[in-house]
Amino acid sequence: MSEDGISKEPMLEMYLFEGNQLVEQLEEIIIKCEKDKKFEMAAINEIFRIMHTIKGSSAMMMFNQIGSVAHSMEDLFFFIRANQNIQLDFVGLSDLVLAGIDFIKAEMNKIEQGNIADGLGDDLIAEIKTMLIQMKNSYENQNTMPATLPDSSPDGAKPKYYISSYKKPSEEKRLDTKYCVEIFFEEDCQMENIRAYMVINNLQDIVKDMYYIPANVIDDGDSADIIREKGFLICFSTSVSYAEVESTLHQTAFLRRMEINQVDQYPDAIKALYGKREIILEDAFEVDPQPKIETAEVGKEGDLGIGNSRQQNIISVSVAKLDMLMDIVGEIVISEAMVTKNSDLAGLQLDGFSKAARQLRKLTDELQDIVMSIRMVPVSIVFQKMNRIVRDMSKKLAKEVDLEIIGDTTEVDKNIIDHLSDPLMHLIRNAMDHGLEKKEDRVKAVKPSKGKVTLEAKNAGGDVLIIVRDDGKGLDREKILNKARERGLVHKPEHELTDKEIFSYILLAGFSTNEQVTEFSGRGVGMDVVTKNIEKIGGSITIESVFGKGTEIFVKIPLTLAIIDGIEVSVGKSRYTIPTISIRESFRIDESDVTSDGDGNEMIMIRGQCYPVLRIHRMFNIKNPVMRISDGIMVMIESDSKTACLFVDKLVGEQQVVVKALPRYLKKVQGIAGCTILGDGGISLILDVNGILERQLS
Amino acid sequence: MNDYVETAEDTQRGKFLTFSIGKEAYGFEIKYVTEIIGIQEITEVPELPDYIKGIINLRGKIIPVIDVRLRFKKEPREYNDRTCIVVIDIRDISVGLIVDHVAEVLVIPPENIVPPPALKTGFHNRYIKGIGKIGSEVKLLLDCDKLLNDEEIDILNSAVE
Repeated sequence: MSEDGISKEPMLEMYLFEGNQLVEQLEEIIIKCEKDKKFEMAAINEIFRIMHTIKGSSAMMMFNQIGSVAHSMEDLFFFIRANQNIQLDFVGLSDLVLAGIDFIKAEMNKIEQGNIADGLGDDLIAEIKTMLIQMKNSYENQNTMPATLPDSSPDGAKPKYYISSYKKPSEEKRLDTKYCVEIFFEEDCQMENIRAYMVINNLQDIVKDMYYIPANVIDDGDSADIIREKGFLICFSTSVSYAEVESTLHQTAFLRRMEINQVDQYPDAIKALYGKREIILEDAFEVDPQPKIETAEVGKEGDLGIGNSRQQNIISVSVAKLDMLMDIVGEIVISEAMVTKNSDLAGLQLDGFSKAARQLRKLTDELQDIVMSIRMVPVSIVFQKMNRIVRDMSKKLAKEVDLEIIGDTTEVDKNIIDHLSDPLMHLIRNAMDHGLEKKEDRVKAVKPSKGKVTLEAKNAGGDVLIIVRDDGKGLDREKILNKARERGLVHKPEHELTDKEIFSYILLAGFSTNEQVTEFSGRGVGMDVVTKNIEKIGGSITIESVFGKGTEIFVKIPLTLAIIDGIEVSVGKSRYTIPTISIRESFRIDESDVTSDGDGNEMIMIRGQCYPVLRIHRMFNIKNPVMRISDGIMVMIESDSKTACLFVDKLVGEQQVVVKALPRYLKKVQGIAGCTILGDGGISLILDVNGILERQLS
Repeated sequence: MNDYVETAEDTQRGKFLTFSIGKEAYGFEIKYVTEIIGIQEITEVPELPDYIKGIINLRGKIIPVIDVRLRFKKEPREYNDRTCIVVIDIRDISVGLIVDHVAEVLVIPPENIVPPPALKTGFHNRYIKGIGKIGSEVKLLLDCDKLLNDEEIDILNSAVE
């Protein structure tokens, strides 16, 4: 691709990282604007800036299609920005921008996967251009026939919105002032030349002529080094105010030091470099001094923008490094226990030591907490994506829907976030497709015509509870029960079934009460996949519903994958950990309760149900276990509606354990999920209950 | 950086860690060895071939241990205080090898190493890369890579599954 001396990889990575961030930001802004039914000036500026940045960096990376799509959108928003009181085809505009976002996303995804970004944005660009022309026409119409005919624009049927208007400041002519600016970037910010190019790019819109050293920032790979050492010197003349210049320059990312001087004459170095040549920038145009307001806004919208102060407070770290850090902290915690509880110290009176040990314990605990908290990310990352889904679906299904998001600052482990997006998407789709009724039906049922879907997250003990709630028609208990009966899923007397149990039938594979299959749902695959995905991360789903009132789906997920609650058991000399979540109960029984069939398969009868007995020592071939049933203990385990009793020697205790994977060198053993290090330095194997049941019962 | 790696390799070149199993003396290239520890508590993992004794906790890192005796199909022997676990690191896989006892680190110049005879009858011939001469003694130099990544492991594993 680029043939400059800079290595491609970090640049590409940076490009993708920044690009993805910008695109997500843009999506958020558009959806927010659509909801508020107006484009704030700040939002327009933000969109313009994002498009501008994407255009610039894409062009630099030679992803021309992305660049040109971004460019055409930038043009569009340039026009909107310049003519704020224009009427907008609001819906069309949002659709178009979102289409553009999707295109850019798809392309970036391709690049990320190592493929060639080969998508063609021509159609999109053409559409955007048409939009721009339409807008220009309607603007002219508007000017010629002011306010008398508001519906005169080409597609008058669509709703129109006005941009919140701004006073146009008087077009006072100011004298051009010459500035000389010296910029130093943060050390280690990389790609100084490209950052310099960004500065030039940002300035282009407000200056008349511009000269800079080094002159060839993009094509000359060495320029990065020069800028790093000597700084980046730009001289330009402009009619805008000093404050304006300063604020524009302050948008620069990774700025370390900047000196802005008003000068009468450009310094000699610039003159020498450029000689007498008059350089007139292609895009140089005059901008009225109005944007003063705009920059003030930029400062306020901290949560929207990538304000530079923000970038310097946050660094991105690879997850692998965090994993390493967590491993080491885990080791420290264990070795701390090994030192302070060392058997050599037994019986000694060590006041000073105990005091120091307590201090150490406090610090290691704190350290562990901090490391855990570093890995925590707010669920808002996933929740915000749902906005888009709700928007798109409400259009396609012609249902008006409000999405309410509560508690999106709740934090969960990074590993879990990654697995959360798909299930939530399914749940939201379900809620919108079969949960919410059609508009007419809602009116009939004396409900607000606009449906409401709520997405809530909150902490509940060691877990996080995510609730997807809709105020739709609710689940039909009888219909589900009938369907379950038809398919022979009901194993209990029907009057004993609780609502919860009945509703949980819809989580089974292939179970759908929807007669119609739509684009979004109804094939009975969704809920099954949701359950599988949630179970994979150690979570569970329960459903509550009131017929006619709505449905609530509770998704309970653990805070982190790395730590689970487990019951430690011993068999022979080995110790095993059984995840508490899959244990139903444990009990002692007598020899006589166990019956066995001809093949030696044992089983027991509990409360009228027959369960197979699995002896861990037989399964894993462990020496010297407890053989007599009455001396050991039974642990009833359950997963995926399969149940069995595990026979172990004894229960050792309950504790939270840090899950570690078995070494790669060992092939996967079915029934073992991993291992954990105990407080005394020993190792306990963590049983994979699902795996055990599958291998023993199939 | 490159220089450093090269010199590190240079100082390790031709050096072999020797150990004994029964009467035979073996050796392998020292560059694979990360450390030598005494025997410690081993946690058994079910369904592994008998020569993989289980896993140990090496300062928070879980690594599998292989009994070289059993790997070479010799009689098992009680572990004692001379029994050592040699931790080796090959292609990012750490494995502990249980050996009767570790002898010393020897320099064996390349000219004193001869390829093993082309006998394919013996079992552990397959894991021997060369035979080193030190005075009158002979050391069997092992091919660590083969020791760990032999197809046999796969066969054994699929057998138990």
